[in-house]
Amino acid sequence: MCTVCGCGQGETKIEGHDHGHPHDHEHAHPHDHTHEHSHADGSVHSHPHAHEHSHAHTGHDHAHEPLHDNNAPHYHEHKGELHYGLGPAHAHAPGLSQARMVQIEQDILGKNNGYAAENRQYFSEHGLFAINLVSSPGSGKTTLLVKTIEALAGSLSVAVVEGDQQTSNDADRIRATGAPAIQVNTGKGCHLDAHMVGHALERLNLPDDSLLMIENVGNLVCPAGFDLGEAHKVVILSVTEGEDKPLKYPDMFHAADLMILNKIDLLPYLSFDVEKCIEYAHRINPKLEVLKVSATSGEGMKCWLAWLTEGVDVAVSARQQNVNLLRQRIAELEAQLAAVKE
Amino acid sequence: MHEMSLAEGILQIVEDAAAGQGFKRVTEVRLEIGALSGVEIEALNFCLDMVLKDSIADGARIELEKTPGQGYCLGCGENVLINALYDACPKCGSYQVQATGGTEMRVKDLLVE
Repeated sequence: MCTVCGCGQGETKIEGHDHGHPHDHEHAHPHDHTHEHSHADGSVHSHPHAHEHSHAHTGHDHAHEPLHDNNAPHYHEHKGELHYGLGPAHAHAPGLSQARMVQIEQDILGKNNGYAAENRQYFSEHGLFAINLVSSPGSGKTTLLVKTIEALAGSLSVAVVEGDQQTSNDADRIRATGAPAIQVNTGKGCHLDAHMVGHALERLNLPDDSLLMIENVGNLVCPAGFDLGEAHKVVILSVTEGEDKPLKYPDMFHAADLMILNKIDLLPYLSFDVEKCIEYAHRINPKLEVLKVSATSGEGMKCWLAWLTEGVDVAVSARQQNVNLLRQRIAELEAQLAAVKE
Repeated sequence: MHEMSLAEGILQIVEDAAAGQGFKRVTEVRLEIGALSGVEIEALNFCLDMVLKDSIADGARIELEKTPGQGYCLGCGENVLINALYDACPKCGSYQVQATGGTEMRVKDLLVE
């Protein structure tokens, strides 16, 4: 289920995870109505949507230990009628019908950002270096991941969250390397959101002090706006694409901290201007780091692997520091307790 | 980008506020959209029309406040106004401009009954 996207409920699938939401609905007054969806591309489709609802929801029933609060109150609405579940609106005070202004001051993506903050905290508590790989489809993300995992085998534990609209082909390719991978199918959604990643984390059971690579849906637009809790967004641009892509899709290059120029082994056969591309990217984001890589020939892989290893080292030492602080605090409290007992 | 997601996010914020503060109708929604937020205003209005239909904010007037894009130019060290992430500094022509404001998307307030 996408927390913010217009994609239909139940469209998102996380491998091996039955994301059904059994509701308990008594007091049946069943009715059907048409449910209309529309998508960013402007297409709209409707499908009939049968509902039974009651005034007493028992809440969602999830089969897993939630990282997120799945039991948050929610409500259904039918033709202008509001049916709040166990929500606070039951305590609606009468006489509040006069027009008034309600201050909101909330970020529209606030809900996603809240989930992202939970993921980020999880990463920091476990010494995980998480990166969010974004690019257009076909830039070579999965090949880069496979080669990276192979190169790091034995020295670093790596896991992957794969985002695609459909199929588990990419997760299958990753699993063939022996690394754990979980596929998230976004259905009609155009990006991963932090809530989906949170659920994937519950399934992955990542070891502490390791590397998590999240391969986002191939899309240079939407994933830019959705924080997943990662340390860095890494944008991959292959030299078989146009060198002006940073100008065409500025939001993504602005959101990223590192750009990987991939497939550079093909440069002799193309008219791609590397310097110009980097210059364009720096117009959008002056701080963007750039690495030139060919996942196929292995050129430039050393720098990329060093970048990853350094990131993991930083995450690990931050966790160690945290653990040391906590130990120190425990020792202090035990000393205080001992003093009280005496 | 994903204006439909944003419209859904706006409705969610409105409904959360209604659940918390117990109002039944929303007649106006005031949004603050930064010039560098990547939001296509027309597409957002179109999506809001559909998403808010039959909701607590059905027919509500949408007031959009556009906040200007701001940047800090690493070339001349000035704070400048920019219209796009790829704009050059209007003072010195350098492209080394770091966006500092105008990337936000917020629901400011609601007029409710």
